[in-house]
Amino acid sequence: MINFEKFTLKNGLKVIVHKDESTPIVAFNLLYNVGARDENENQTGFAHLFEHLMFGGSVNIPNFDEPLQKVGGTNNAFTSNDITNYYITLPKDNLETAFWLDSDRMLSLAFTNKSLEVQRNVVIEEFKQNYLNQPYGDVWLLLRPLAYQKHPYKWATIGKEISHIENATMDDVKAFFYKHYLPNNAILTIAGNVETAKIKELCEKWFENIPSGKTTERSLPKEPIQTEERRLKVERDVPANAIYKAYKMCDKKHQDYFTTDLLSDILALGKSSRLYKSLVKDQKLFSEISAFISGSFDNGLLTISGKLLDGISFEDAEQSILNELKIIKSESIKSEELTKVKNKIESTSKFSETSVLNKAMNLSFAELLGDANDVNLEVDKYQKISANDIKRVANEVLLESNCSTLIYSKKS
Amino acid sequence: MNVLDRKIAPEFQQVKNIQFLDVKQTQLSNGIEVNYINGGSQEILKIDFIFNAGNLFQTKSLVASSTNQLMKEGTKNYSSFEISEGIDKYGAFFEVENSYDTSTLTLYTLTKHLNSVLPYVKEVILQPQFSEKEFEIFKENAIERFKINLEKVSFLARKEFMTAIFSEQHPYGGSVNINDYNELSLNDIKQFYNENYNLGNCNIIVSGKVNDKTIDQLNTFFGKEKIAKSTSKIKGDLALQKKPTTIYIEKENALQSAIRIGRVFPNKLHKDYFGLQILNTVLGGYFGSRLMNNIREDKGYTYGIGSGILSLKNAGYFFISTEVGSDVTQKALTEIYKEIEIIRTVEIPKEELELVKNYMLGQLLKSCDGPFNMASLFENVNEYGLDYDFYNNYIKIIKEITPKILLDLGAKYFDKSDLTEIVVGKI
Repeated sequence: MINFEKFTLKNGLKVIVHKDESTPIVAFNLLYNVGARDENENQTGFAHLFEHLMFGGSVNIPNFDEPLQKVGGTNNAFTSNDITNYYITLPKDNLETAFWLDSDRMLSLAFTNKSLEVQRNVVIEEFKQNYLNQPYGDVWLLLRPLAYQKHPYKWATIGKEISHIENATMDDVKAFFYKHYLPNNAILTIAGNVETAKIKELCEKWFENIPSGKTTERSLPKEPIQTEERRLKVERDVPANAIYKAYKMCDKKHQDYFTTDLLSDILALGKSSRLYKSLVKDQKLFSEISAFISGSFDNGLLTISGKLLDGISFEDAEQSILNELKIIKSESIKSEELTKVKNKIESTSKFSETSVLNKAMNLSFAELLGDANDVNLEVDKYQKISANDIKRVANEVLLESNCSTLIYSKKS
Repeated sequence: MNVLDRKIAPEFQQVKNIQFLDVKQTQLSNGIEVNYINGGSQEILKIDFIFNAGNLFQTKSLVASSTNQLMKEGTKNYSSFEISEGIDKYGAFFEVENSYDTSTLTLYTLTKHLNSVLPYVKEVILQPQFSEKEFEIFKENAIERFKINLEKVSFLARKEFMTAIFSEQHPYGGSVNINDYNELSLNDIKQFYNENYNLGNCNIIVSGKVNDKTIDQLNTFFGKEKIAKSTSKIKGDLALQKKPTTIYIEKENALQSAIRIGRVFPNKLHKDYFGLQILNTVLGGYFGSRLMNNIREDKGYTYGIGSGILSLKNAGYFFISTEVGSDVTQKALTEIYKEIEIIRTVEIPKEELELVKNYMLGQLLKSCDGPFNMASLFENVNEYGLDYDFYNNYIKIIKEITPKILLDLGAKYFDKSDLTEIVVGKI
């Protein structure tokens, strides 16, 4: 159970406070409700590039990292297709430094040309390091546009192509900032040995006089329902053949979200899972196999991926996956198997609660999706899922007409 | 009402004292020592079984890591599947890890399920079967993973580096090649297990919600077993060291080059260790380091660059590591050596040193947060026969060290002619 208090500043900034007396460290998590899905299709990768620029100095403070390191703190950030999240951990006594730094960059950035120029290069190197210069690195650059035709999930957070990052201008940067980096478009969560009254005081001092702005209702192109299977085959310089099958699934607020998550766990979480036992151990077709959900806010993907052993044909490998899916769609799973994946959810949740930063992030995400208190109801929602639910969702999701398949072949 | 001056930083203080959670010692009925750290608010436990069974003790490449991984793949009474299922069905996690000095098996579980998962843990540790069938599957899949790793410039640079600084015959320097998998036999693995995995050669560390019942449960499963004296011996010549060298491995079509520069260094037992850690932090040990500032934040040559000192039981090493655009490989190298030269010739400005000191103390405070982190801190010194005094001493030295002392250390340890350089990609 994560206890918390919640209040909203006059400018619309939502604040959540979680008290944990057991730690000398405080987590300060600031989430902005903007991600790659909010980008213009001809300017992809921008939300993420912008995240880098948030470290290039703000209107009153020339450098973000230095003053934080000076008080013993550390920080980072990440961008997803849905959100951009900034986080700091620091010794409790120096918490105000985090308020000072993050409120100033919410107020306004320094917008220096040097920062833009350098971070463009840094992000291009990131693009190369993680997506182009790695075996299988470009899988999601291929799979996303195959699975999504209209919705902005069709491009990756890093961007569609390097040129979009190269072409970003200072005017674009400013426009993006003033549109999205508003107090009424953000959620601040503080977790640690802190008092809500004191946090309120600090919030009023540092954040409340930042003017709110006009937010526009998000209206993203809705992805049409897929009716036919899609396939793409590519050849790359890799040592092993690989296959990726991405099935469309519900959005994160949908009641079937947790059921789909459990379904993916039953398929391939750990060595006692179905696909691992059957395809890796018994039939020896794959050297590794996995199944996971994308976790996205809008309609997501349940992806099954595997690397084929030498000498195994794509046809046999894919058929073996389909055979397993047929079983889970036609036969009810036994209660022990269901209990197993539910217990894993319970313990994963308990272990993640040992970190104030995890707790702060989870509270922020839940609040953005509707209510911070949902973090406390999640395990229960998983517990209520029945074997019938699993079978029903398997039959709705695991259809070839609902699937995008990427055949990733080594060069012959 | 006062107008808020946002240019002025709030007041702050340096971390004054760090609370360490106590480590307690007890013994199981047969004399096995258990260290435990009680703390945290969750009903969860972590139990490490740390064996002196790292690469240091192997006669052949891959034997230590393969033994470590194969232990879970079938025992006298349980199949590989039954073990995974037995652990999974209680939501527990049972992980193995192999390093240069030790091999570890770690159980994470809710306290309420400890009794249900320990039977599997016990079998894996005491009665692994090492069947031909599991060995073949393991080998085939491991080769596939290895082949993929060989496509990564960073992996190649790391692999080349250890051999280059220690030599192939040094216990820390042996490198893995694809052919080693074919030469690996099940007999090698069984022999390695018999020589190294007995409870007399194991250190148990329990952390989380630990009470008398936890220890009783461990005693039930491990307290009656006979403990044999360890027969493990270090294989190879620890005195070996290679002359500094430069190695370039060209990789066609590489968009980035991996760079690794470093040398053999003092380990935790050496008096210069703390000072060198501080110097390393200044150079490349944190986000605001000189290497990051120059090569990423000023030049934009890379997504990231860092340096570190790794302490092993019988040696240590220092390394700088990065992946840079292949068109700027040479420029990046020049800048890296420029920063190294400054470390050995110019005193660190007071303000920068003050920042680094505060940063390091803050990070140390963070690394003491909670029983699991504390257990790691304890383990990291316990294997050297040291205790928490190591950290108290560290704190003292961080607070007291001067630019002059650091400059002397810089001059002594950061001579370019002592450094080995590996580049994989394109120059």
